[in-house]
Amino acid sequence: MDDFAGYAVEVALQTKEKAGSGEVVVVAVGPDSVQETLRKAMSMGADRAIQLKTDTMPFDGLSIAKALAAELKAGAFDLVFFGKHAFDTSAGVVGTATAELLGLPCVTAASKLEIANGKGSARRELEGAAELVEFALPAVVTIDEGIARPRYPSLKGIMAAKKKPLESRPAQLGPIRVVVKGMALPPDRPPGRIVGEGPGAVTELVKLLQTEAKVL
Amino acid sequence: MANVLVFAETRGGELRKLATEAVAAARRLADATGGGEVHAFVAGAPGVAQKADALGRYGADVVIALEHPALATFERESIAATIAARAKSASYRAIVLGFSAQGRDLGPRLAAKLDAPIVSDIVDLEVAGDALTVKHPGYANKVMITLTISGSPAIVSVRPSAFSAQESPRTVRAETIAPAADPSAARVKVTQVVEGSKGRPDLADAPVIVAGGRGLKAPENFKLVEDLADAFGNAAVGATRAVTDEGWRPHADQIGQTGRQVSPQLYVAVGISGAIQHLAGMRSSKTIVAINRDKEAPIFKVADYGIIGDVLEVVPALTQAVREAKKGH
Ligand SMILES: Cc1cc2nc3c(=O)[nH]c(=O)nc-3n(C[C@H](O)[C@H](O)[C@H](O)COP(=O)(O)OP(=O)(O)OC[C@H]3O[C@@H](n4cnc5c(N)ncnc54)[C@H](O)[C@@H]3O)c2cc1C
Repeated sequence: MDDFAGYAVEVALQTKEKAGSGEVVVVAVGPDSVQETLRKAMSMGADRAIQLKTDTMPFDGLSIAKALAAELKAGAFDLVFFGKHAFDTSAGVVGTATAELLGLPCVTAASKLEIANGKGSARRELEGAAELVEFALPAVVTIDEGIARPRYPSLKGIMAAKKKPLESRPAQLGPIRVVVKGMALPPDRPPGRIVGEGPGAVTELVKLLQTEAKVL
Repeated sequence: MANVLVFAETRGGELRKLATEAVAAARRLADATGGGEVHAFVAGAPGVAQKADALGRYGADVVIALEHPALATFERESIAATIAARAKSASYRAIVLGFSAQGRDLGPRLAAKLDAPIVSDIVDLEVAGDALTVKHPGYANKVMITLTISGSPAIVSVRPSAFSAQESPRTVRAETIAPAADPSAARVKVTQVVEGSKGRPDLADAPVIVAGGRGLKAPENFKLVEDLADAFGNAAVGATRAVTDEGWRPHADQIGQTGRQVSPQLYVAVGISGAIQHLAGMRSSKTIVAINRDKEAPIFKVADYGIIGDVLEVVPALTQAVREAKKGH
């Protein structure tokens, strides 16, 4: 499970627990390998799962958002949580674009979240500042670092997850207009060196920062 | 020849550095198509239109100002609706934003509203005929991915510091635009902006970052990191997840895979082991210094310069040496 997706599942479970009732449904777009991720979410406590099946995972976030919006259009839910971004693309497109396609209010990259009385409030980290927002439900919220860590599934949870329903149907991806042309590993950093041991080494370090690295 | 729209972000009525970088990227894109115009979109409280000249300096031909008292804060729904309305009435080859809290929020909204392809966090771009090719460091900065985007407008957001803001002065045509959605009637409403600690640059802007890890042992020892940052002058302070989880520093200071991604001129890692998730956020720094008492710590594999030793002894000595070096200038 992707880092931020794990946070999102945890936030969903906590939201249900706090509300005292409700249902947590996990949805994933992707090939059959995502079923394992969906089972993991159910072993953490999600009630059921839906796979929107694709052959491969497109790099086109909007096409994935379209598949999700098509699925969620008919759904009755109060909140949809996403991770802030995915590990591979770090784009952060899918959650917000899905909200927009559904016409729902969306809070991106929430680092704190409160849901009460049919309303939500959240904190978002800006660069060197933060903003507090209020929003109406139903809404889409994408989850940043700092809210919650995914719980470890219990043995009981793992056993129960095997029996929970997992539906699978073809994803209605939009047209794929972003295509990977190539991938390359960035050049390795040149090997560094140990300047010395203990406080006595700082003189040499400062000299190197001045004359060699020229950053001081 | 094709025109490019660029969102020039502001905070507290001031243009952000990333705004000028985005304008420079848009200029490059427009020039690469054979010399189209760059239209910069700026939103804020009344008065923000005065930023037109500054945007012209970095290559904007037209500045479209959206002014409204409620836009003193980032009212995303109104801004997205207004940019989308503008983009529908003109034909843009691309829409450029910064990959920042604002740009990350607006980009996908515009993509959905305009049914336009989007790629976030690009560090390079190239135009060849109809094709727009961009580079994006993916998989937590481990792989440089080249992507082609088909269709107009293509939406891209530029990584901070990847495109340098170059002066390319123009005479600006200033326009104003009415909000396409009332900014005071948004469904997501900003109630407060909490300013960060004054006097320090943000992690994205700082030429020097001093970051502390669990090796500092106790929250009060972060004072040593602060002091070293002060000695450098223009430095920001960062932390590992071990430290933010302990609550020694706020999560906003976290650097790494699930924190901020940075690439300063100089990164000083203090008592940091160098876990893969931490390296994901800082390995592209120009020069890396590591101080750790364990000579086998993985951080030394990426560090240009390492000192083996106790941070509680080495860091105060380094702070003193940096102060003296600065005085000597
Ligand atoms: C999903 C996920 C996401 C994560 N995301 C991030 C992230 O974004 N950022 C991040 O940083 N981590 C992240 N982590 C955590 C990461 O794996 C490491 O646990 C973390 O980076 C370790 O932080 P540290 O180096 O401060 O602590 P440690 O690994 O405990 O290292 C402390 C270091 O200090 C040294 N030391 C101890 N005492 C002294 C002394 N007196 N003087 C000198 N040196 C000393 C030790 O030798 C050691 O190398 C993530 C983990 C997971 C599972």
